[in-house]
Amino acid sequence: MNPIQAIKEALSSLAMNKMRSGLTILGIVIGVAAVISMLAIGRGAQNQITSSISEMGTNLLTLSSGNLTERVANTKPLTTDDVEALSNQTLAPDISAVAAEVSSRFTVTASGETSTTQVSGVSPENAIISKEEVSEGTFITQQQVDKMSMVAVIGQTTATNLFGATSGVLGKQIRINGQIFKVIGVLESEGGTSFGNQDDRVLVPITTAQKRLLRRNPSNRVDQILISATSADTVDAALDQATAIMRARHKIAADGVDDFTIMSQEALVSAASNITGILTAFLGGIAGISLLVGGIGIMNIMLVSVTERTREIGLRKALGARKVDILGQFLTESILLSLAGGVIGIGLAWVITQVIVLVASNLGTTLTPSIGIDAIFLATVFSSVIGLLFGLYPSNRAARLQPVEALRYE
Amino acid sequence: MSDFVVDAHGITKVYIMGQVEVPALNGVDIQIAPAEIVAIMGPSGSGKSTLMNILGCLDRPTSGEYLLDGESVAELSDNGLSRIRNRKVGFVFQQFNLLARTSALENVELPLRYGGINGTKRERAKAALEAVGLGDRFNHRPSELSGGQQQRVAIARALVTDPAIILADEPTGQLDSHSGEEVMNILLGLNRERRTTLILVTHDANIAACAQRIVHLRDGLVEGSS
Repeated sequence: MNPIQAIKEALSSLAMNKMRSGLTILGIVIGVAAVISMLAIGRGAQNQITSSISEMGTNLLTLSSGNLTERVANTKPLTTDDVEALSNQTLAPDISAVAAEVSSRFTVTASGETSTTQVSGVSPENAIISKEEVSEGTFITQQQVDKMSMVAVIGQTTATNLFGATSGVLGKQIRINGQIFKVIGVLESEGGTSFGNQDDRVLVPITTAQKRLLRRNPSNRVDQILISATSADTVDAALDQATAIMRARHKIAADGVDDFTIMSQEALVSAASNITGILTAFLGGIAGISLLVGGIGIMNIMLVSVTERTREIGLRKALGARKVDILGQFLTESILLSLAGGVIGIGLAWVITQVIVLVASNLGTTLTPSIGIDAIFLATVFSSVIGLLFGLYPSNRAARLQPVEALRYE
Repeated sequence: MSDFVVDAHGITKVYIMGQVEVPALNGVDIQIAPAEIVAIMGPSGSGKSTLMNILGCLDRPTSGEYLLDGESVAELSDNGLSRIRNRKVGFVFQQFNLLARTSALENVELPLRYGGINGTKRERAKAALEAVGLGDRFNHRPSELSGGQQQRVAIARALVTDPAIILADEPTGQLDSHSGEEVMNILLGLNRERRTTLILVTHDANIAACAQRIVHLRDGLVEGSS
């Protein structure tokens, strides 16, 4: 029997039990939709995280205190002096800019409105390295850093929270931890990311933050240092130079372990995508279980169908159907069931991801799920394979029926 | 090469029910010439159905030799038996055994499909339906046809492959006497016009009377031929 006829016949016999076929398909629909939407969301998050990291620039290095992989005793803190040492053009010719950063959360108030916001101490280099732009006013200047000025640049969300507007706030006063600061600029919107809202923050001169807000010991201590290489090609050289300078400054013996960590964006991206990859695989795996359950549903229904149609199988055999004809007939049915489930599941997955995007955007996070062609392909192939595997046992049972007994079956 | 279309010698069939062996046929010899009409009669338990299954290649004998249209079938594989049934045997069952929700035409086409005949199958199926007087019922489903008409579709399905023998198992068992007569007339007509060999399995003496020869079975043995 040729394949087109086999498909036609399978369709008509599936149409005989519309309700049953529909319910059987449902298991696969849910399974496939779960797998695809989980993968899409996982991958969307992954794209977002990696792209927001690479947006910071591919020639960026991040220097922080401590060692992530090995234990180091007496870790020396990073200080503003390290920034100057790293800026040395003779020792570090491939480093183009260095900027330190300190940050902490403080209560920020203005005209009766209060919000708890991330306050960072920065220098003008931060604007260059982190590509910060102001929509209004100016960024923090070197002069303000030197004079420990009480000035602040605020994010769009912060501006809205405190003043109810994102413009016309220059010159207004805000209180950070009770101290009065003058607003000199408003940052351009960066939009929310998976890291949280990047627009709700306040920038002040680094010296002001160190001496007036944080009061740490030593007072010139910084949280992390951002290093910009002269170009993407010199990132490795810049990393080596920075490592050498820091080891010398921290007096680490030749065989000693670094008490600091310098991460390139590339390393960060791969670390982040590793984590989200594991998460995606985990979610996909759980969703895969529901696909398996759907497959078992197909097997169950096919077994019922074989029993019900024993006489029909007997008749077909009497008319000359071979084992392979009967096997093909039932396999076609189960594959069609499962494939239909797969196709509908892809559609449902799209709906599910749209709903999740809506919910996420209401919670202030933009998420761009990506249903890749490969995911669709995978789901289609996978659901056909499920139909094939779980249809095999019932179909084989049908094919092996002896015509005499099958014809006698009531 | 034998002159008989059905040539069976010493056919035995033993069913094994758990530990017990139940003999159904105890050495049956039967020869049927081409274009002959033979009725097989016997009380229930006589081995009638078993013999029909073996003659129709639905089952293999435990021992014995069986040539159908010159081809030895006793030792064939399942697929070999399927092929023989498809080409050489037409079945007409008591319960019609048509596929519900499938048109008369498609029911008749089914054996051709399994036989791998694609190009001419529609014409052949139409011709077969016309031969049984259902030229105006191509697209009717079994549920839209009377009992007699359903059995005529079944006859069309049996003859569409031009088989060596048509095996009819109580072909009128579920029909009223008028439809039964009609069905018998069609079967006899086919024999007359196409010289189709007809084997009727029945315990209805009126049906058996249509045959040229009646084979009586009792306790798995041929009791006599008349």
